[in-house]
Amino acid sequence: MSVRRMAKEQPENFAFTLENLEVAKQRIAKYPAGKAQSAVIPLMWLAQKQNDGWVSEPAMRYLADLLDMALIRVYEVATFYTMFNLKPVGKFHVQLCGTTPCWLRGADALKNVCDKVIGPKGQTSEDGLFTWSEVECLGACVNAPMVQINDDYFEDLNAKSFEEILSHLRDGRQPKLGSARGRTSSEPEGDPTSLTEPGLYDPAVAAVPVTFTPTPAPESGEK
Amino acid sequence: MLADKDRIFTNLYGLQDWRLEAAKARGAWNGTADIIRMGPEWIVEQVKASGLRGRGGAGFPTGLKWSFMPKEIGERPHYLVVNADESEPGTCKDREIMRHDPHLFIEGCLVASAAMRAHTCYIYVRGEYIAERNRLQAAIDEAYADGLVGPKACGTDWDFDIIVHHGAGAYICGEETALLESLEGKKGQPRLKPPFPANVGLYGAPTTVNNVESIAVAPTIIRRGAVWFAGLGRPNNAGTKLFCISGHVNRPCNVEEEMSIPLRTLIDTHAGGVRGGWDNLKAVIPGGSSVPVIPKEICDNVLMDFDALKEVQSGLGTAAVIVMDKSTDMIKAIARLSYFYRHESCGQCTPCREGTGWMWRVMERMVRGEAELSEIDTLLEVSYQIEGHTICALGDAAAWPVQGLIRHFRPEIEERINSYRKSRPVPVSTAAE
Repeated sequence: MSVRRMAKEQPENFAFTLENLEVAKQRIAKYPAGKAQSAVIPLMWLAQKQNDGWVSEPAMRYLADLLDMALIRVYEVATFYTMFNLKPVGKFHVQLCGTTPCWLRGADALKNVCDKVIGPKGQTSEDGLFTWSEVECLGACVNAPMVQINDDYFEDLNAKSFEEILSHLRDGRQPKLGSARGRTSSEPEGDPTSLTEPGLYDPAVAAVPVTFTPTPAPESGEK
Repeated sequence: MLADKDRIFTNLYGLQDWRLEAAKARGAWNGTADIIRMGPEWIVEQVKASGLRGRGGAGFPTGLKWSFMPKEIGERPHYLVVNADESEPGTCKDREIMRHDPHLFIEGCLVASAAMRAHTCYIYVRGEYIAERNRLQAAIDEAYADGLVGPKACGTDWDFDIIVHHGAGAYICGEETALLESLEGKKGQPRLKPPFPANVGLYGAPTTVNNVESIAVAPTIIRRGAVWFAGLGRPNNAGTKLFCISGHVNRPCNVEEEMSIPLRTLIDTHAGGVRGGWDNLKAVIPGGSSVPVIPKEICDNVLMDFDALKEVQSGLGTAAVIVMDKSTDMIKAIARLSYFYRHESCGQCTPCREGTGWMWRVMERMVRGEAELSEIDTLLEVSYQIEGHTICALGDAAAWPVQGLIRHFRPEIEERINSYRKSRPVPVSTAAE
C-alpha cells in the first residue's frame, strides 16, 4: 500500500468548465440509471486534467455533489488510485517506470538523469516545469526502459535520448512519441521474424467469406 | 515456428492500417452475423472445443467460463466486462491488440457477449493507456457507424452496446472482482468469492470478466474452426499465444507464437537470443512477475505452456518472458518485485498488507547481505503464511517470486550475506580474546 495525503494548501473551489461538464454528462450516461458513481474515476481524471495535473479537495467535493456520492467515498478513490496527484505537479509530470523489466534495461540511468536535470524525486523543479515520480510497471516492457510524460509514452530510452526529450520539452518543442530507437511499436528491431509471408494481406485470402450452417458441434478439442 | 497464415493478430505491430476497412480486408468482421445467428450454445461449444484457456494469467478454460452464465436473461441484465487493465510486470500484449487490431477485439466483444446473452460490454482499460483507449474508442465509433455494434448489431436481432471505461493506476484492479468494484466507482478491493461474478458481478448482475486476448481471438477461432486452434500446441495447451519477451535479449519484442514452443526457440528465433549468447543466461521469469523464476538449467529445455511450466514449479501466467543474463543481481531483481507488490497491495487482507512490506524490507537487507543466514528460512516461512491466506491472488503473487528466488538461488543469497559479514570489522570484544 502506498500512503497518500492531500496537499496542505488547497484552492477555494473547483467546477468543471462548460465543455468538461458536457463531457462529464456524456460519461455518466454510459452507465445504467442510478449508477453515476461508476463515472468517478473518469471524471476525477478529467478534473485532474483541468486542474493542472492534480486533484484538489474542492474538486473532490464537486465530484461528490455531481455524482451524488458521500465525500469520503470520493476521497477513498482519490487516495487509492496512484494516478491521482494529490499535490500540484510541474507542467510535465515524468512518471518513470522502475519495475524489474525496465530496471533490467537501464531505468537507473534514467533516474540519474531525472536527479540531475529535474532534481529530487517528488519535488517540482524550480522553473515549475517538471516533477518526476517513480511508478510501477506501465505495460510497455518490450520497449524498456520507458517513461510516461503527462499522457504520452516515451520508450526504448537511454540517458542521452531521455535528456533530449526533457530538453525538447523545456524548449517548448514536441518530442517524438514512442520508441527513441525508431521502432514502430513492439516488433523486434531489425529484420522481422514474423508476418512476412507473401500474400498474407491479400483480402482474397485473408478475408475469404465464411458462412456457418447449423451442424453438430465438433468433438472435444483435446487431442 | 508458427506459420504467418496461422497468426491471428496480423497487425500486431501496427505496420498496417488499424481502421475498419483495412481490418475487414485482413479478415475481421467476416461472417460475424452468421456466427451470432448460430446461437449462444453453439458459440460456447466452439470455444470449448478449441481448447482456449484464458490469456490473462490464470488459464481457466474460456468456453467453460462462458457457460457459467445463466441460460436465460432474468430480472438482471448480463454483462461482459473485458479486463484491459494490463499491469502484470513484463506484460504488454493487450496494448498492441487495442491500438493495432482493435476491430478483432471489438468483434470478439460482440461474439462473446452474444454467447453470454449480454447486451452490454464494458472494457476496463488501465488508466495509463491513454492513447490506446482513444484508439479503441475511435474503432468502436467506426463499428457503431457501420452498424456492426449498436442496435441490431451486424444486422442480427442482437442489440449490443460497448463502452470503454478506464482505471487510474492500481495493479489490483486486474483482479476480476477488484475490477468490478473499481468499475462501480469504488476503490479496487477484491470481493470474497462466492458468490462468483457469473451470479453476482457488476451491479449485482451476472457478469463474466475476460482478458482482452481471450476475447480478441474468439472470432478467428470460430471462423477457422475449433479443430484448427486445438491442433496448435500440446493437448490441454491449445492454440497460439502472444508472448512478450523483455529484459536481457538482443531484440525485445512481442510475438504471436504457437503454444508449447520451447523457451529457447522462442527467445532465439524472435528476440535475437540472450544478450551475450545462451550460455550467458542466468534465469527467466516466464509468465509475468507473479510466477516463480526458473534458472538456466530449466530454461534449456522447458516448453512454453501451462502444463510444462507448472511442472517446473512456475507458470505460463500472461506469457511475459523476462530474461536475465549473468550480470543480473538476482536478489535485487526479485527485491524490486517485492517492492512492487508492497506498493500494489490493496491493504484489505492482513497477511498481504503486512507481509508484502515485511518481505520487501527483508529482501532489501538481503540485497546488501545485511541479514542472518537463518533469515532465509524465516523469509520462506513468512511467504507461506501469506500464500493462500488472502482473498485474492496478490498475496500468492507476492510470495511466489521470493519462493522461486530461494528455491533456485539460495547459494547466491548466502554468499551475499557471508561476504557482507567478511567486509565488516570484527567486533572488539571478539578481537580482545
